[in-house]
Amino acid sequence: MKKYTDTGKRDTRSGFGEGLLTAGRADSRIVALAADLKGSVKMGAFAKEFPDRFYQCGIAEANMVGAAAGLAIGGKIPFIGSFAEFVTGRVYDQLRQEVAYSRTNVKIASSHAGITLGEDGATHQTMEDIALMRALPGMTVLVPCDFNQTRNATIAAARFVGPVYLRYGRPAMPNFTDPDEPFEIGKIYVLNEGTDVSIFACGHLVWEALRAAEILEAEGISAEVLNVATVKPLDNAAVTASVAKTGCAVVAEEHNHAGGLGEAVSGVLAASCPAPVEFVNGGDRFGRSGSPAELMQAYGFTGEHIAEMARKAIARKK
Amino acid sequence: MANIEELQKISTQVRRDILRMVTTAKSGHPGGSLGIADVMTALYFSEMRHDPGTWTREAADQDVFILSAGHLAPVYYSVLARSGYFPTSELGTLRKFGSRLQGHPSVSDGLPGVFKPSGSLGQGLSVAAGMALGKKSDGSDKRVYCLCGDGESEEGQIWEAAMWASHLGLDNLIAFTDWNGLQIDGRTEDITGIGELNEKWAAFGWDVIVAYGHDFRSILDAFKLAHNADGRPKMILFRTEMGHGVDFMAGDNAWHGMAPSAEQCEAALKQLPETLGDY
Repeated sequence: MKKYTDTGKRDTRSGFGEGLLTAGRADSRIVALAADLKGSVKMGAFAKEFPDRFYQCGIAEANMVGAAAGLAIGGKIPFIGSFAEFVTGRVYDQLRQEVAYSRTNVKIASSHAGITLGEDGATHQTMEDIALMRALPGMTVLVPCDFNQTRNATIAAARFVGPVYLRYGRPAMPNFTDPDEPFEIGKIYVLNEGTDVSIFACGHLVWEALRAAEILEAEGISAEVLNVATVKPLDNAAVTASVAKTGCAVVAEEHNHAGGLGEAVSGVLAASCPAPVEFVNGGDRFGRSGSPAELMQAYGFTGEHIAEMARKAIARKK
Repeated sequence: MANIEELQKISTQVRRDILRMVTTAKSGHPGGSLGIADVMTALYFSEMRHDPGTWTREAADQDVFILSAGHLAPVYYSVLARSGYFPTSELGTLRKFGSRLQGHPSVSDGLPGVFKPSGSLGQGLSVAAGMALGKKSDGSDKRVYCLCGDGESEEGQIWEAAMWASHLGLDNLIAFTDWNGLQIDGRTEDITGIGELNEKWAAFGWDVIVAYGHDFRSILDAFKLAHNADGRPKMILFRTEMGHGVDFMAGDNAWHGMAPSAEQCEAALKQLPETLGDY
């Protein structure tokens, strides 16, 4: 089994910030818009280097979405940034009409996603955003897993023509993917090959999935770990190929059950390769205040819990 | 550029188009379209620097019109077709399955002249502001026009856009409001009391122009005043009458979203004699 090393904890939002700066240097059409959270969502370095290409919109997310759509129609490549809840749920209709239906080349930079936003509590912690963005026709949904991959996903999103939802988080988390591996939109990255169970994960839970695979290996169970960095369009062939081999699956995500990666993977398997599937997700709940580590523990977003669900899935195999 | 006599003829024909389109479709919004027909005719046939022959959605070197109040689709489609963006024969397909003329404007089928979808209210002014900002940052001297409804101005996003466009000094943005005082459920004053729109827009830092939307001299003068590049976005409040041009529709909010019967359409068309040929 391949071993992954945490090269030092870093926040994925800073990966976005670095990616935006790199992409911005390469393409002068790239502009950035913030709704009073420039620093929090890591647009500061871009704004400093390109003051004429950064627009502060104030606490008015709906207008920011429309303004970005207008800039995109005129040929710019706008990134709009805020906390995940405020660039999805708050502006769903604006994203629907002016970005998805309008097919404008707008990139939604969605920071502080999921429960690991932490202490601010449930008003700021969305675990519904993937569902909302998956539901929009034609929306590409990216959920990279660490600093390096978020940086490279940002660069890939900038090059891609069409609306992109890019989801990442607030706290420092293990950084372990190859910094030089270009991000390929639509690809599932197989991090570890295995034969007994497929563990699909996205975002912060990919590291936990790798931990689960180590726990299971010690018990003689061979787990395949798949990093689903593109949730939509889902790499259906990779989902089917893995489960056709292993015969069961666990899907882990920092998101609620409804409309999340778990349902997406299950939907593919129901049509192509019916097999037992277990889920590690937020269920049907809101978040609450706490440190990211406390919340990961409380909501079962841990390698231990993923391993437990893997054993359960394996036991259900015929 | 059409003179006033020609504009009069065009707007009469545009009103005939609106009535015939909505009657054939058996649903739609004739009242607002009839009310803003003179302003839209002046915009497309005199005011805007646009060229249907070289139009692209990016519109790098043209003036841009953004329709925010999407239910005004009939008048929009008519002036686009009469300007040459697409054949007038297509007007009869409004709201039909397979038509590019969706009930509310769409870009999905590549209908020339349409920059963005509209229908969900309150969003167009933000998009227009974004386009105006893009043109400014590209050093273009072209303008962006945007039509809002007065009822639509109950949407909070309109005022987000108002604050932002003013903050950025987007004087190449010329918004105008169809100030007819009516919305689908009744009089705007009875529904939310939107009050004196001129004072509201002025308070948000806009250059406010009030004009009469059924007099071409007044309309063209208002647009000319709005060319003043003084660092302020422009809001022209056009006093209009819903259903203008048809006596039994004028000033009645029942015609906001109701199609005339075939007999009603005939009666209405008698009041608006054909000027340029029906589609």
